[in-house]
Amino acid sequence: MVPFEYYVTLSLILFVIGLAGVLFRRNIIILLASLEIIMNALIVLFAAISFHAKDISGYLIVFFLIGMAAAEAGVGLSLAVLLYKKLKKVYVDEINFYRG
Amino acid sequence: MLVIPNLLSLILWLPLVGIVLIFLVPRKKEDLIKKIALLTAFVDFLFSIILLINFDYNEKGFQFVEKWLWLDYLNSYYFLGVDGISILFVPLSTLVTVLCILISWRSITDKVKEFYLALLFTNIAMVGVFLSLDLLLFYLFWEALLIPMYLIIGIWGGPRRIYSTIKFFLYTFFGSIFMLLAIIYLFLQYGTFDYTALLGKTFQPHIEKLLFLGFLIAFAIKVPMWPVHTWLPDAHTEAPTAGSVILAGILIKLGGYGMIRFLIPLFPHATLYFAKLILILSIIAIIYAGLACLWQSDLKRLIAYSSVSHMGFVTLGIFSLNPIGVKGAILQMINHGVVTGALFMCVGVIYDRTHSRAISYYGGLATTFPLYAAFFMIFTLASIGLPGTNGFIGEFLILLGTFLSNKTVAALAATGVIIGAAYMLWLYQRVFFMRPSQGVYNLQPMKWNELIALIPMIGLVFLIGFYPNPFLDFMRTSVFHLLSNLR
Amino acid sequence: MSGASFQVINTFDLRVYLVPFLPFVASIITLIFGKRYFKDKAHILPVLSLLFSFLLSLSLLFDVLSGKTYQFDLYSWIVAGSLKVGLGFLVDPLSVMMICMVTSLSFLIHVYSIGYMAGDPGYYRFFSYISLFTFSMLMLVLSNNLVQLFLGWEAVGLCSYFLIGFWYEKKSASDAAKKAFIVNRVGDFGFALGIFAMFYYLGTLYYHEIFERLPLIAGTYLNIYGYEIHVPFLIALLLFCGAMGKSAQVPLHVWLPDAMEGPTPVSALIHAATMVTAGVFMVSRLHALFEMSDYAMAMVALVGAITCFMAATIAPTQFDIKRVIAYSTLSQLGYMFMACGVGAFAVGMFHLFTHAYFKALLFLGAGSIIHALHHAPDPNDIRIMGGLRRYMPITFWTIFIASLSIAGIPGLAGFFSKDEILAYAYFSKYPWGKVIWLIGLVVASMTAFYTFRIFFKAFFGEFRGKDVLHGHHPHESPKVMTIPLIIISIGAIFSGWLGIPEALGGGAHFQRFLESVLGHPEIHVEDHTLEYILMALSVLAGLLGIFLAYLVYLKVPTLETTFSSRFKRIYTFLYRKWFFDELYDLIFIRPTLFIARTVVNLILDTFIIDQTVNGSAKTAEAFAGFFRKFHAGVVNYYNWFILLGLLIYLVIMYLK
Repeated sequence: MVPFEYYVTLSLILFVIGLAGVLFRRNIIILLASLEIIMNALIVLFAAISFHAKDISGYLIVFFLIGMAAAEAGVGLSLAVLLYKKLKKVYVDEINFYRG
Repeated sequence: MLVIPNLLSLILWLPLVGIVLIFLVPRKKEDLIKKIALLTAFVDFLFSIILLINFDYNEKGFQFVEKWLWLDYLNSYYFLGVDGISILFVPLSTLVTVLCILISWRSITDKVKEFYLALLFTNIAMVGVFLSLDLLLFYLFWEALLIPMYLIIGIWGGPRRIYSTIKFFLYTFFGSIFMLLAIIYLFLQYGTFDYTALLGKTFQPHIEKLLFLGFLIAFAIKVPMWPVHTWLPDAHTEAPTAGSVILAGILIKLGGYGMIRFLIPLFPHATLYFAKLILILSIIAIIYAGLACLWQSDLKRLIAYSSVSHMGFVTLGIFSLNPIGVKGAILQMINHGVVTGALFMCVGVIYDRTHSRAISYYGGLATTFPLYAAFFMIFTLASIGLPGTNGFIGEFLILLGTFLSNKTVAALAATGVIIGAAYMLWLYQRVFFMRPSQGVYNLQPMKWNELIALIPMIGLVFLIGFYPNPFLDFMRTSVFHLLSNLR
Repeated sequence: MSGASFQVINTFDLRVYLVPFLPFVASIITLIFGKRYFKDKAHILPVLSLLFSFLLSLSLLFDVLSGKTYQFDLYSWIVAGSLKVGLGFLVDPLSVMMICMVTSLSFLIHVYSIGYMAGDPGYYRFFSYISLFTFSMLMLVLSNNLVQLFLGWEAVGLCSYFLIGFWYEKKSASDAAKKAFIVNRVGDFGFALGIFAMFYYLGTLYYHEIFERLPLIAGTYLNIYGYEIHVPFLIALLLFCGAMGKSAQVPLHVWLPDAMEGPTPVSALIHAATMVTAGVFMVSRLHALFEMSDYAMAMVALVGAITCFMAATIAPTQFDIKRVIAYSTLSQLGYMFMACGVGAFAVGMFHLFTHAYFKALLFLGAGSIIHALHHAPDPNDIRIMGGLRRYMPITFWTIFIASLSIAGIPGLAGFFSKDEILAYAYFSKYPWGKVIWLIGLVVASMTAFYTFRIFFKAFFGEFRGKDVLHGHHPHESPKVMTIPLIIISIGAIFSGWLGIPEALGGGAHFQRFLESVLGHPEIHVEDHTLEYILMALSVLAGLLGIFLAYLVYLKVPTLETTFSSRFKRIYTFLYRKWFFDELYDLIFIRPTLFIARTVVNLILDTFIIDQTVNGSAKTAEAFAGFFRKFHAGVVNYYNWFILLGLLIYLVIMYLK
């Protein structure tokens, strides 16, 4: 049996990887992937807590999050594809409509 | 006597019918749109005349009152009513709308549908300001008027319209914020926006002065009084003819109206305290703007500055705090609406033909365009206050009233009359006399819509000039009542 | 008022109403329909209306002679607070005399204009304006309150603006019109303040109430910055400002000579019957007020004397025939004010009455000459005239009569009125009476001199204008112009006979008639011997002037150039009209325009106010510019901010 702390550590590592991706990468696909990684970190954490605490509600949130992640990935990716079609660009600092 | 229930609401919201109808008409049918707008505005004007006829000028309170609860959590009412101070402005507003529609008949060719929508919307807001007796409602209409004006100047205006509209909007909006603060304070203190309920409330002296200043800033910018006048020449110059007419005819009257309606009765002590300051600012406005007129090269800009000078007379009359002066001020606001509105229409008439506002472009128009010269002469004379025209009655009463309360101020202000004659006659000489310049030959004769728009104004000039009593009678009781609680 | 013997009628009388309104209606109809329908018949309506008003005025005159006066309101004009003013009429000896004079002269000038203005493209406009002018003047003299007087007062100013600028395509004409209006406005500024002050102290603007209440303010003083000012003097001073503008007295006289830009009949109308007499009329109407303050009387006399003298010095240096006559008007108006200033109001009005006829005659005669020379580039220049006696005998004789009359030759109108003024000045109870008398005597001589200067130059010697006329010959004017001349010349002789003084065996009927309204000046005359001496002196002065003119302009023509080159400085000073125009340009017009352009428009409006406003907008913008940097539109930055915010939140939560 894997100790509970390992799950938390895994989740933390995943979260930091995702966060680093969101903060430092500029490719929109990578950004979306990093968001997915953050989401996965959450899923792992919730599942571990639910297993550890013997409570079903954590699993519910996990399923909900998986559905949301799928939807988010779908919408996000389609928007990214559309942006690429319009602008032929994938780097977010180049995609800048906001001329303040 | 024709008694109509809810007459005020009818006058206020009737243009909405026109607005809906114009929405339904396809934008290609420009003639139909114009006709609908004209008809609605004219019917509205007729109703306001009925209002005038039914008005009882011996009654000192508000008449035709309508009061329904509007926002119960704010204790705000849909509260309309007229008294002797506001009654004359209602038909003036509706009349100005009719004339604006007429004068724009040919000159507006772009986005016709939107233009007439904006005009009718302006009508609602203008009448609303004069009718509402609930501070929140008043503020709502006050600000609502900015939107169509902003659009009218910004879309159909001249080359520098963007600069002018933004300046106009920010200036007036800046002022209104302080009024809103004062209104909110009043609400928090007394839990009501009801004007009649706030009458007779007393405040601590410094609070009263602050509230007075809050309202004053809004009104002073609208009038406009001296140091905050610079938006007016820009806005007037760039606005289309109808925009200038509404600005001169109604919009800047709101300031003077607000002063009489709110400043004097709500804050009597602060009024007495600040009266001298405002008198001084008024004199500066009269002389300063008069001098500024002497060196303008743009027709509309000159008339705009003359507006500042004339409105200086109005504020002077109001803060003479003397029945003769206040009556003169109210009458002068009507007169100024008629005369300066007509002058702007005249400028519009010639601008449509030559597309130039530069004074140096013209010369000798009296030879090539005599009928127009006659019209312009009449309004010029009314503007310089020649006896027999309406301008004289207003200026005479204001100066007389001021003289009764402060002789020096009256003497200084009267010099404005000399400057007024100088700049208007100089303008007239440069534009109409001497040899005709190249660009003024073969001008199209006056069109029917221009004649119909200008002739009522001439009628009013001489009617008020020779028989002002009916107009003065309307305000007799109210002005007496207004000033009775000052001392 | 001392007119206790009059029966006052307070009910509406149609005749009084029609006297001013007939010309008004004629004017409006002619103005609106003249161009299209009347064309060269545009004179019919105004002339007829003036004829009828004249007849009605006569009938009113008989009413007043039989002891009836009218005083009623047509309707309430302005009612506000305690102010109540009607549009109303007062017919008493003073006003009835004025309306008779105005309508009779105006009628004749209308007829004269039919010939003078024939063929002018603005024919209808001209007749409309002069009728309106007459209407305004009639409203002015008939009014029963000060505001209506002011209405007429400004309206004559307006009509003079129209008429002086009648040929508006000429820049000089439109300039002169504007100048006339604005200078009059300066006077009216004082006049309006006078009205306010009157209302402030007396609470009414009706004459009959003013006269009742005037004694109340006899001892009232007003403190202005430490100076105690006698209120009647203050009101009189302010009202007199208006009179100075309208009657062209120093320092507001500058518009009148320039007003010669208008057609000649207009000059006659302005100078003789309407407008300039308004000031004298107003002072006489309110004589009770002026008499309350010795200072006010001294002021009136002094201003009159200065104007009288100044104009008489300028007139001989001018070459424009109309300008010379214009300066003689200034001078004669000065006489009238001098009369008022010594308390002899009735005599002042008498001079106004006789002056109206001989001055109209002079102007219309000059107009006749100008009409004859209208092919010349400048037909007004007396240097191109000469020997016209042979070409235009009727004009010659009429001008001769007018010149004799104005020079004060016994038997003609001018003699009686001018002598009365000098006599009343000499015997006046006021200490300045003798000085006024002396100035009047000197000016009488000068008047004769410059009047006969133009007379000799125009009608005697050789005709000098052959080169400029290009083969046209001067000719006598048509009958429609000469007949009015002849009629007016009858007036210029006989109008004075209405008031022959007692010393000459007359009854001074004219003065007695007006004294019922204007009061009798207190003078002390033991016997008539001194009066005869004064009379002889003034006649001698007149003859001396004529003789000098004869000497300089006919006998020894070189004297003129000798004088003007010998006394170059003085001559230039006089020729440039005492430098009044230049002075005003320097101290009023230029500084005003300078302030208007530089201070107001360039510095204050554009720099200070607009820069403040735009500057505050710019500050806001700069402030916003700092925060704008965070909204660069780069997603990574936003992520960093989210993280930062989260961390700060966590830190705060932890610290709690």
